Amino acid sequence: MLIDWFTVGAQVINFLILVWLLKRFLYKPILNAIDAREKRIAKELADADARKAEAQHERDTFQSKNEAFEQQRATLMTQAKDEAKTERLRLLDEARQAADSLSAKRQETLKNDAHHLNQGIARRTQQEVFAIARKALTDLAGASLEERMSGVFICRLRAMDDQTKESLAVALKSTSDPALVRSAFDLSEAQHAAIQNALNETFSAEIHVRFETAPDLLCGIEITTNGQKLAWSIADYLVSLQEGVDELLKEKSQPEEKSAQGANEQGT
Amino acid sequence: MHLSPDQIIFWQHGFFKLNATIAYTWGLMFVLAVGSKLVTRRLSTGHQRSRWQNLLEIIVTGIANQIKEVGLSQPEKYLGFLGTLFLFVAMASLFTIVPGYEPPTGSLSTTAALAICVFVAVPLFGIEKSGLGAYLRAYLKPTVIMLPFNIISEISRTLALAVRLFGNMMSGTMILAILLTITPFIFPIVMSALGLLTGMVQAYIFSILATVYIAAATRVRKPKPEPDASIEA
Repeated sequence: MLIDWFTVGAQVINFLILVWLLKRFLYKPILNAIDAREKRIAKELADADARKAEAQHERDTFQSKNEAFEQQRATLMTQAKDEAKTERLRLLDEARQAADSLSAKRQETLKNDAHHLNQGIARRTQQEVFAIARKALTDLAGASLEERMSGVFICRLRAMDDQTKESLAVALKSTSDPALVRSAFDLSEAQHAAIQNALNETFSAEIHVRFETAPDLLCGIEITTNGQKLAWSIADYLVSLQEGVDELLKEKSQPEEKSAQGANEQGT
Repeated sequence: MHLSPDQIIFWQHGFFKLNATIAYTWGLMFVLAVGSKLVTRRLSTGHQRSRWQNLLEIIVTGIANQIKEVGLSQPEKYLGFLGTLFLFVAMASLFTIVPGYEPPTGSLSTTAALAICVFVAVPLFGIEKSGLGAYLRAYLKPTVIMLPFNIISEISRTLALAVRLFGNMMSGTMILAILLTITPFIFPIVMSALGLLTGMVQAYIFSILATVYIAAATRVRKPKPEPDASIEA
């Protein structure tokens, strides 16, 4: 007999026990371990995805921040450039103004100096000329000179233009006071008569004249009546001399100003 | 010379006895259980794991995939029964390389016991899946006349299952024993290797047939659609 029924029963029981043992020690732990690993891997993948998303988000944030920063930087840079440009222009203007004012001041000073110098020269010249003239006239003073002077005065009286003559005539007629004839030195009787005659002839009337000596006239004769005056004096020549000197100084100072202006324009 | 390890009896007391079949089965059970326990004692759920754990994972997932391929959608449910069938038969063949070992599957009692387990498990799984009535009605398909043939088919395939495994395992052992007496050198080694191969194939065949039977029993039979009356009219 090939089949032993006790052995069959025993083997059935053995097999069922083996099924239980293997379920307990093999299948369940192995399947649990595989499940746990799968869960863990799924979790890790999910974590990785989450981290990736987070990293992406952070990258985006950083990028946008960076862009904003770049934009801000560019704006600030432009602003700073503009400000620097404005400041530069302002400083340049200031410098130009300062240079202009300095130049103007300098020109003013130069002008003043020239003016003072001019005045000084004029005064000095005048003084010197007067001194020379005074000296020369003092040295030369004598009858002949006085005679000649009164002669010249009479000549001018006669050669007077119509307008002056008219105004003097009106002045002489409008007053009752005698006309005052002042001279730097004492005139002789003959001279008094000659002047009186000349006046009478010129104005065709009897002119009352009072003679007076005035040393400040500096070698000359003048007639004054009611605010009108006719005079001949060395001082006239001296005035024309002074005008000539003034003219000369002005001509000399003008080229200097021009050259100073040219230098300023080149500097700016 | 004996055909079955049942005949090697170590101890007997009336009906109870301890023969080589039972003893070697216990040995196999011990090796399987203790081996599994040792390996699964320190299971790793991380990426790094031991070689033995890898081996067991490959075996378990391989069996589960095989069950799934046959058509059972929830392999975890059947893994205990079908996986143990395969592992027991395969280990029984594998241990033939140990001198003096007699495979318990070379005993018709063992193979009959395994076939009886399958014979009982198939209707149990079927009833659990689709209910008693639906399962019993399956014997009447396609007609009532087929009922005896269906029953005969159930019994005969169980018998075939038992005898096939017994014949293969017994023949392997027998051929080896006979060859040892004729050509004691080299040739028995080749035959032993061939025996290992057929043993593995038998383990596969036995468990895959059991899977197919269970799959057939648990398959949801959809009722045929009733012919539409309006179309007929």
